[in-house]
Amino acid sequence: MSLFNLASTSSQNGACGAQIATAAMVVFCCLVAPLLHLAVPEESVFHLSDYCITLFGKILCYAIVAVAMDLVWGYAGILSLGHGIFFALGGYAFGMYLMRQIGTDGVYHSHLPDFMVFLDWKELPWYWFGSDHFLWAVVLALAVPGALAFVFGFFAFRSRIKGVYFSIITQALTFACMLLFFRNETGFGGNNGFTDFKRIVGFSITAPGTRVTLFALSGLALLAALWLARFLTRAKFGRVLQAIRDAESRVMFIGYNPFGFKLLVWTLSAMLCGLAGALYVPQVGIINPGEMSPAASIEIAVWVAVGGRGRLIGAVLGAFIVSLAKSWFTVSFPEYWLFFLGALFVVVTLWLPNGVLGLVNTIKVRHAAPES
Amino acid sequence: MRWIVAPKNARRAAVSALISILISALVVLVVLIHPSLAIQQSDILGLAADDSSEKIVAIGKLAETEPRLALRILPAMLAGELYRHENSLILIENGQARDAVSGQTTPLDISLLENVMVNNRLRKILASTIDGMRLLAEDRGERLKAAQNLAQSATAADLPFIDQAMARETDPAIRRQLQTAWGKAAIGSPDAATRLKAIAALRDEADPSSRQLLAALMEKDGATWRETDESARQAAREALSHVEGRLALGDNLARIFSGLSLASILLLAALGLAITYGVMGVINMAHGELLMIGAYAAFATQSFFRAYVPAYIDWYPLAALPAAFIAAAVVGMMLERLVIRHLYGRPLETLLATWGLSLILIQLARVIFGPQNVEVANPTWMSGGLTVLPNLLLPWNRLIIIVFALAVLFAMWAVLNLTRLGLFVRAVTQNRAMSACVGVATGKIDMLAFGLGSGVAGLGGVALSQITNVGPDMGQNYIVDSFMVVVLGGVGQLAGAVWAALGLGVATKFLEGWAGAVVAKIAILAIIIIVIQKRPQGLFALKGRATEN
Amino acid sequence: MAHGRLLSLFLGASLFLGATASFVQAADTIKVGILHSLSGTMAISETALKETALMTIADINAHGGVLGKQLEPVVVDPASNWPLFAEKARQLLAQDKVAVVFGCWTSVSRKSVLPVFSELNGLLFYPVQYEGEELERNVFYTGAAPNQQAIPAVEYLMSEDGGAAKRFVLLGTDYVYPRTTNKILRAFLKSKGVADEDIMEEYTPFGHSDYQTIIAKIKKFAGAGKKTCVVSTINGDSNVPFYKELGNAGLKATDVPVVAFSVGEEELRGVDSKPLIGHLAAWNYFESLKNPENSKFIKMYKEWAKSRNLPGADSVVTNDPMEATFIGIHLWKQAVEKAKSADVDTVIAAMAGQQFNAPDGFTIQMDEKNHHLHKPVFIGEIRADGQFDVVWKTKGPIKAQPWSPFIAGNDQKKDEPDAK
Repeated sequence: MSLFNLASTSSQNGACGAQIATAAMVVFCCLVAPLLHLAVPEESVFHLSDYCITLFGKILCYAIVAVAMDLVWGYAGILSLGHGIFFALGGYAFGMYLMRQIGTDGVYHSHLPDFMVFLDWKELPWYWFGSDHFLWAVVLALAVPGALAFVFGFFAFRSRIKGVYFSIITQALTFACMLLFFRNETGFGGNNGFTDFKRIVGFSITAPGTRVTLFALSGLALLAALWLARFLTRAKFGRVLQAIRDAESRVMFIGYNPFGFKLLVWTLSAMLCGLAGALYVPQVGIINPGEMSPAASIEIAVWVAVGGRGRLIGAVLGAFIVSLAKSWFTVSFPEYWLFFLGALFVVVTLWLPNGVLGLVNTIKVRHAAPES
Repeated sequence: MRWIVAPKNARRAAVSALISILISALVVLVVLIHPSLAIQQSDILGLAADDSSEKIVAIGKLAETEPRLALRILPAMLAGELYRHENSLILIENGQARDAVSGQTTPLDISLLENVMVNNRLRKILASTIDGMRLLAEDRGERLKAAQNLAQSATAADLPFIDQAMARETDPAIRRQLQTAWGKAAIGSPDAATRLKAIAALRDEADPSSRQLLAALMEKDGATWRETDESARQAAREALSHVEGRLALGDNLARIFSGLSLASILLLAALGLAITYGVMGVINMAHGELLMIGAYAAFATQSFFRAYVPAYIDWYPLAALPAAFIAAAVVGMMLERLVIRHLYGRPLETLLATWGLSLILIQLARVIFGPQNVEVANPTWMSGGLTVLPNLLLPWNRLIIIVFALAVLFAMWAVLNLTRLGLFVRAVTQNRAMSACVGVATGKIDMLAFGLGSGVAGLGGVALSQITNVGPDMGQNYIVDSFMVVVLGGVGQLAGAVWAALGLGVATKFLEGWAGAVVAKIAILAIIIIVIQKRPQGLFALKGRATEN
Repeated sequence: MAHGRLLSLFLGASLFLGATASFVQAADTIKVGILHSLSGTMAISETALKETALMTIADINAHGGVLGKQLEPVVVDPASNWPLFAEKARQLLAQDKVAVVFGCWTSVSRKSVLPVFSELNGLLFYPVQYEGEELERNVFYTGAAPNQQAIPAVEYLMSEDGGAAKRFVLLGTDYVYPRTTNKILRAFLKSKGVADEDIMEEYTPFGHSDYQTIIAKIKKFAGAGKKTCVVSTINGDSNVPFYKELGNAGLKATDVPVVAFSVGEEELRGVDSKPLIGHLAAWNYFESLKNPENSKFIKMYKEWAKSRNLPGADSVVTNDPMEATFIGIHLWKQAVEKAKSADVDTVIAAMAGQQFNAPDGFTIQMDEKNHHLHKPVFIGEIRADGQFDVVWKTKGPIKAQPWSPFIAGNDQKKDEPDAK
């Protein structure tokens, strides 16, 4: 466990650096990137293309999920293999709003979403109540994953389900939900999910302005998530979490009840995922049960492992490295990219137990040593 | 409907159609004038007519006038091995092309000829005609088979054959089948007494089609009963309730059997995991891929047999078992030595590393064997099924897999409890440090135990190859299920896995029966989650401190 | 300082990546995108389409290319992941600037890329039979619409030769294609006087592999009276366990025939087809069709498989979506030559009425208006060698009805896509 300690001590002198980085990122997301996309002509080398904006917007959302995952896994030692469900639920909650925004522009020109017309439904089911309102959608995107996580966590942590058992039942949870959402009768569009969105709060969803705004919002949300997580982990709360991670029984002997701590961080993490999902859906233009597949959830854990768990910035780094690698491999080596991706996981877990960030630190420590 | 062909062929088709109409007209004429005349070569050509109805006429003609010849030609036609060459028919007999009528071999190259096409309608008529004629065969087995077939599907058209056979048949088993066949064929008879007899015959052999025939008698056309005779109606009502009772029994038994079968598959998929995860604590996400390796080993063995010893192709699964065990065990041991042993005590990291390994193995299978599914055929002794009740047919492949699962289970129990290796494995599981102190080479034991678990997964793969598809992705479908079985049963012992597999299998099948496959699956997962909330260490957890962490 | 430096490092790196990616573009080739899953669950079906597309492009290049330019295929792997389909489509159109994309298999992958194609005005050729209820200006559909596959198949089953079926089991995987097809079929059967209690609709989840219960249900349904048949829209992977169970449970084609819309030569490679003789499939093409175009096509693919060293190259088969891919690429080539440019708008205009001598033995034609092909329909019975005997076929190509008249409200729909 000494490596974790090393990681946390080295992050303590980063207060000033973190502020600079935050400012840099705000400027980049809200100013530089939009300008490069909107104002710089397409022929220019510095033009940030459509493709880049949507790709990076998507990865920013993934990064939020990675931070949420790092909170529960890296800091509290709870490995969830079902975080995809919270991400997807957030996406679905916001997707409902986007579906309603289509209005009567769908294929069947009905006021109902196309898939309901197709199922011969005459009115919206009760759980679509309020989906016309933007604010309600945002509330749902946070509340639904939060509520599910709270209920699930309440029973799981109360029964003191730990470690691998917990991982496996979270996997069962996301798998069961995936099957549920695949059903057409569930009322969420079945296998096709939600797609063909037209507008968001009245603006066309494909307009460059909308796209850049969503990109900027994702960036800001990521920053907010990072700050929140940083605040939590630095506070006493975070130290208790780390203690639970390292030796839960001892924490109990001292007189703490881990239950509340675990439940809070678990629920919070789920809500962050919901937020990420809500930002993700309008940018990629589709949400379907595939996001709930066990494989998708495992990938989330992989981001954190690759970047370096127990380090917030590591999670972000991991999400970027793995997603960009995937984007690049699937084009450059369409037939062999799974070898690279698989090998990456093996290499990281075998030789980089603290992820890429751990490697960077090790190198830095080695370089720093002769100087001092 | 073979009239409709590409424009190029249209004229030829028209001509041949015309010819066949003429021929069949001729047949009718000839038969009218000389009913006893032996059939001519040209008459048989009706079998190769373009229109199904003409073929049917020709089949009936042939069977009536030349039963001996018909028994040679019609089975070939049914098998799609009858060809037309100009004005003669060629069939394949014992791998040789012969003239259908004379039986002489011909030098023609069959691959250049178009075979006489049969569709389902013709197949049905051919099968029942052949069965009808075989009722009079010399060989008892042949007669029994024919009678059994007719007992399932006889219609009024088969009545003459059945009557003829009943008159001379002495074998009681065959007579019983004939009785049922006769019942089905005669139930539409205009004579009420005959119908009454037919109802009595159907009462005793309860199968779905009897039910269907009896139920039809109970229906009304407007205000009048379809069965006009009061006593026959009474008998039919009584027979129907008797038949339905027997059928319900069959349905329930079938459901239990399918539950058992699913349980055996779950068990085979999970047994390997019960060792690697249950006993050794390694979360092996590549477990599904070890199943896949076993299934591909079965495929490779089958290909080898096909290429080099085609005579023994039926026995390839037996050879596939050791091949699959060794292949999966070797891969498993390699994974253990190269990756997993560095991660002991860090279960969550193992999970990610083995996930990466599973991606690599899947892609490897894709590169070597192609992304498509490969064909693994059931050998003849695993095809078809055992008819226990008329509506309870137990497929051989599933029966054999149930037995196989029990055998593997016993073998594993024996290895773990009766051998030295098993002793060491249990010792290392319980207390690694102490075992090392008393001289157990723990590293070697880890490798062997992992190899054993992987090998058993390979065996499971062979079983799966007999039931489902064999492709690079196949393992992914079983990974969640296998973990559920092991976790639900309680880690660290085989008995828990057995009970969990059994419970999941049977419960799934009963839920599926009334709620559909999707809902059943969701319900099962929900139940597992709830059970684990209640019993966090599984249903059959080991008691005591050893189980903490 | 760790955070600050790292952050700026990867901000810079991402900026660089973004900027360079839009750089490279070759001059005298025409880029053609191929968007088929090479990994994940759909790789089973889609890999063969990628190979067909590459083969066709190589063949066109060997014969002088298009407008004197060589075609340059750009292959990407969307990995059976639907959001990734949208991302890759955007990349092909915006970064690689491809003139046309051949791709997609599942309905959801098509739905996921549609907004991208209409936003960036791209051109997609979709080669798989599908549910209809869609007509996009930027898409050409070279697979069958429901009236070119499902309805003729059911008509055949109701005919004397097909067994004069009176009861129908509509069995499918739970997603939009089976759902829509069954909805259309139900309306069609009703119009033919089939009562509701004579129709049973069943759905199974994706990747379902245990068909014992379903088969038992079918047996029971068939045992309740009248001639029964099964119309299967089970998705690719589940077909193997379904047919294995069917074969062993003693449901013979003569008693309860199964007609399938997603089972072709490729799927049957994974099954021992001896117990399945007589079960049916409806397609617009079978490998067993005998005509010169088809012989050429089959020969070309077999040689391609050998030269590329594909696994199992000696036993490769051709199937309907492969033929549709082949047709699609050739029609696009002809349209480009007619338009004298690969520009999307002019090519769309030039596509109308294009004709091609297809391997199905007919001269098929792109409809003047509705972006679908006029295709012949064949019904085949499974043979012992995994091929099909054609037992019925239409007189000639029939026009597609993307808006099925059996779905309420479709009579209002225009038979052509909305203008841009």
